[in-house]
Amino acid sequence: MTRLVLLGLLACASIGVAAEIPPQDRRSGFEFMSPQTQAMQSEETSNPGMLWVADGERLWSEPQAPAGKSCASCHAEATKSMGGVAARYPAFDEETKRPIDLMGRINQCRAKRQGAASLTYQSDELLALTAYVANQSHGMPITPPADSRLEPFRENGRAWFERRLGQLQLSCAACHDDRWGARLGGSVIPQGHPTGYPLYRLEWQNMGSLQRRLRGCLVGVRAQPFDFGAPEYVDIELFLMERARGLTMETPAVRP
Amino acid sequence: MKISRPTLDEAINSFTSGASVREGRVKFEISPLVENGNAVPVSVEVESPMTATDHVKRIALFNERNPQADVVVFHLGPRSGRARVSTRIRLAASQTVVALAETSDGAFWSARAKVIVTLAACIEDISQQ
Amino acid sequence: MTRALVNVPKTAKRGEIIEIRAMIQHVMETGYREGPNGVTLPRNIIKRFVCKYGAEEIFSAELFPAIAANPYMAFSTVATESGTLTFEWTDDKGATQSASAEITVT
Repeated sequence: MTRLVLLGLLACASIGVAAEIPPQDRRSGFEFMSPQTQAMQSEETSNPGMLWVADGERLWSEPQAPAGKSCASCHAEATKSMGGVAARYPAFDEETKRPIDLMGRINQCRAKRQGAASLTYQSDELLALTAYVANQSHGMPITPPADSRLEPFRENGRAWFERRLGQLQLSCAACHDDRWGARLGGSVIPQGHPTGYPLYRLEWQNMGSLQRRLRGCLVGVRAQPFDFGAPEYVDIELFLMERARGLTMETPAVRP
Repeated sequence: MKISRPTLDEAINSFTSGASVREGRVKFEISPLVENGNAVPVSVEVESPMTATDHVKRIALFNERNPQADVVVFHLGPRSGRARVSTRIRLAASQTVVALAETSDGAFWSARAKVIVTLAACIEDISQQ
Repeated sequence: MTRALVNVPKTAKRGEIIEIRAMIQHVMETGYREGPNGVTLPRNIIKRFVCKYGAEEIFSAELFPAIAANPYMAFSTVATESGTLTFEWTDDKGATQSASAEITVT
């Protein structure tokens, strides 16, 4: 009898009817960390991510050849113009008729307004500029805009989130909806909310983007990751931001 | 890669030039269980009046099982006001870490801590970077 | 691109013990890691850190590969006079990065 019940439970677990986390139970990964790692994030003077934020502040007003324009030439002071922006990204891009993430938008601005070369998702410069812009939303709630044009892309993101992938045949939902709070090896499984990107990850010993983290997850389930900049990542981010609605922006977060 | 390194005691001996080390006066703050060995916060505080005639000259950290025994050596003096330092260290495995203080009278004081380093289950493939 | 952040109180009373924090962007490559091609990555660390208050050295450190990437250090000093604190990090190749902060002592 016990064995039958167990088998039944296992069967349920492996089918994994992903239940969405109720809004009142949604929690940032911050809450699953040790007090030491929390302190590293909370104290600005000890948060390594602030090194990138500080560099982003410098880059914000640095003119780029050939147009000789800086971000500040159009957007003036980021402390005034960029508050809340990261909390509502990705946004619908009129030009490509699809959503664009903050890093994509910065690169688009560089190309169109500054005539500058685009930066890679792993470059210190793009991480710094994005962290600086996102830091202007620090402490603000995540508020995805009501824009119906984003819906089909967000639904595509949800589909990716729920799809079983890779040799391990795991979906994002199988861990982050169904088993958050449980342990995988020595680590607690968080809910997977993108509240603090770009963030400083102790594992990376570096700053990194949400796309880098998603690639890590894909490799973790033994799936072939999409290339950096792939539209699938932006769709997944759209869904994740909706899923994290109301949680507080933390950029630059620190994670183990 | 095969690495030869001095033992923890050999490393301490070479720092003290063989002088004896007493337990005490050193307060070593390090979590007994860490989430990631890449950046482990540590603080060391030594009981000392920090005057011109009685102060801490050096605070050093040594480890038992990293490829190299040395971690850091801090140089302080009466102008420090307080013998307290903090940093973040790397621990390659669960092991003992030692904090050692040299006072202006030539004495050595120490404190030991055992740290368990847990490893993350989901780690990135280095070939991706 | 290297960025350093230092934190010193803007003002202090004479004789007060103040806490100083210093952090610098640096990979602190240990010399023990292998890159994707299996070849050991050459060691590249900050090996020395010095803090001066005016002309006088008040704190220094010798760093080894066991110091975490983007080295962070906190220490203290007695506020003696208004002036400049300078911070200098020296790497394996002898290159230095520096930062400074002003303090007003009353």
